[in-house]
Amino acid sequence: MYVAVKGGERAIDNAHAWLAEERRGDTEIAELSVAQIRAQLKLSVDRVMAEGSLYDPDLAALAIKQARGDLIEAIFLIRAYRTTLPRFGATLPVETAKMAVIRRVSATFRDVPGGQILGPTFDYTHRLLDFALAAEGLDLPEATTASPEGLDTVPHVMGFLNREGLIEEAGTGADTPPDLTREALELPATRALRLQALARGDEGFLLSLAYSTQRGYGNTHAFVGELRIGQVVIEAEIPELGFSVEIGEIELSECETVNQFGGSKTEPPQFTRGYGLVFGQSERKSLSMSLVDRALRWKELGESHNPAPARDEEFVLSHCDNIQATGFLEHIKLPHYVDFQSELELIRRLRSAALSAQEKE
Amino acid sequence: MSAMNHTGPSPAKDLTGARRAWMGTLARARPEALAALLPLPLPDHHDLRAPETGTMMVQGRIGGSGAPFSLGEVTVTRATLHLADGTTGHALVQGRDRTHARHAALVDALMQTDAAERIRETVLTPLTEAEAARREGRAAKAAATRVEFFTLVRGDDK
Repeated sequence: MYVAVKGGERAIDNAHAWLAEERRGDTEIAELSVAQIRAQLKLSVDRVMAEGSLYDPDLAALAIKQARGDLIEAIFLIRAYRTTLPRFGATLPVETAKMAVIRRVSATFRDVPGGQILGPTFDYTHRLLDFALAAEGLDLPEATTASPEGLDTVPHVMGFLNREGLIEEAGTGADTPPDLTREALELPATRALRLQALARGDEGFLLSLAYSTQRGYGNTHAFVGELRIGQVVIEAEIPELGFSVEIGEIELSECETVNQFGGSKTEPPQFTRGYGLVFGQSERKSLSMSLVDRALRWKELGESHNPAPARDEEFVLSHCDNIQATGFLEHIKLPHYVDFQSELELIRRLRSAALSAQEKE
Repeated sequence: MSAMNHTGPSPAKDLTGARRAWMGTLARARPEALAALLPLPLPDHHDLRAPETGTMMVQGRIGGSGAPFSLGEVTVTRATLHLADGTTGHALVQGRDRTHARHAALVDALMQTDAAERIRETVLTPLTEAEAARREGRAAKAAATRVEFFTLVRGDDK
């Protein structure tokens, strides 16, 4: 039976009006500007860009304001907005070796050319609440400077291992990579497709999966070969001109892990690699991504089967997208009156059959 | 009428290398900085393709140097215009700022005319310097966080 359900329009309009009022909050307190969010909640902005899969700090800041700070809701807004824009093509692959680094650390080699650069990190802070920040009109903090000698181009740490042949090559694939936003995900996926899914995947989900591999659910025993954050130039072909030009600059976090050996009858043992690359400053996400990337490569590297969640490509790729997840999860709170009506009828019928059978006994 | 004193397109020569460089400088410039440096009034021009915003898929490389993969999109705006003398200017710039794209296309066109020297001096050079200063400033802060290791000599080794 089809039952048309109408109504609730006024209730919905009023709910949205109240939402707008709640968003603004206490009017005794100054309104937050999009520019303030962009500048002072940068890491939230970066997360929305990464998982929204659209690099545009102003839009991400606006989405955070509109979503009242709910980052998954903000990511949803960005994903929806993206679909309204025409796609002009693809950039050339970014050259992270030429990154203008603000942070670059290696946990495997102490003395790397270019040095260990801590950058604006939370590491080594004591994680004590700083009540001074609650006061207004603080003195402007000022960073220290030093001669930037040797920071023009900081080479990838992996290059050093590569020279000795101790580590596998960076990873092969098609010249034109697949794109999840154009073609539905098909399994088994190529590594390129997996990396795209992970790059836009939920940070919390990837963090938990990466952690699970460290605790023994699909052990990858990763060392951080290198973690770097900084600006890279993006470059694209201009078809009318027949050459490529630099069109801007984006900030990226990149992580490469060195993992235990592969090797076979024909190939001597070599370190293997996991890779993470994320929009903005997000080293937790890039680190998680590189561990999960490595875990998913078990078959290609000839490792024995191990039913750990992080090694299950279908499980990981089908569940890492927080917009797909939240869409399906949250839809169950919307009216399911008719579905439920049929369940009700079924259970009444089953009960009456069971009860009458009992009476007969 | 054109406020610039250019007399027409320069004789054809291969500007590719130089043009790539100035288009990059214009794209990476802060839009308000570029706007502030433009010659006023702006020379006559008309749109061949009005500024249009879209996205491009940014590609990364597996392992930093391997095969490409789709990382995520970036907003971009493109524009094409003609000067009164027919010189064509193109722009493709990151972001959604239509004025930025139009200004970049305008300077791209002017740089192909006799006005190039003056535009380089008054627009491109200040933008290049500002960019270098920005980069240098960040690099100098990064350099201050570079770890200098030293080895402690253990007392019992003496």
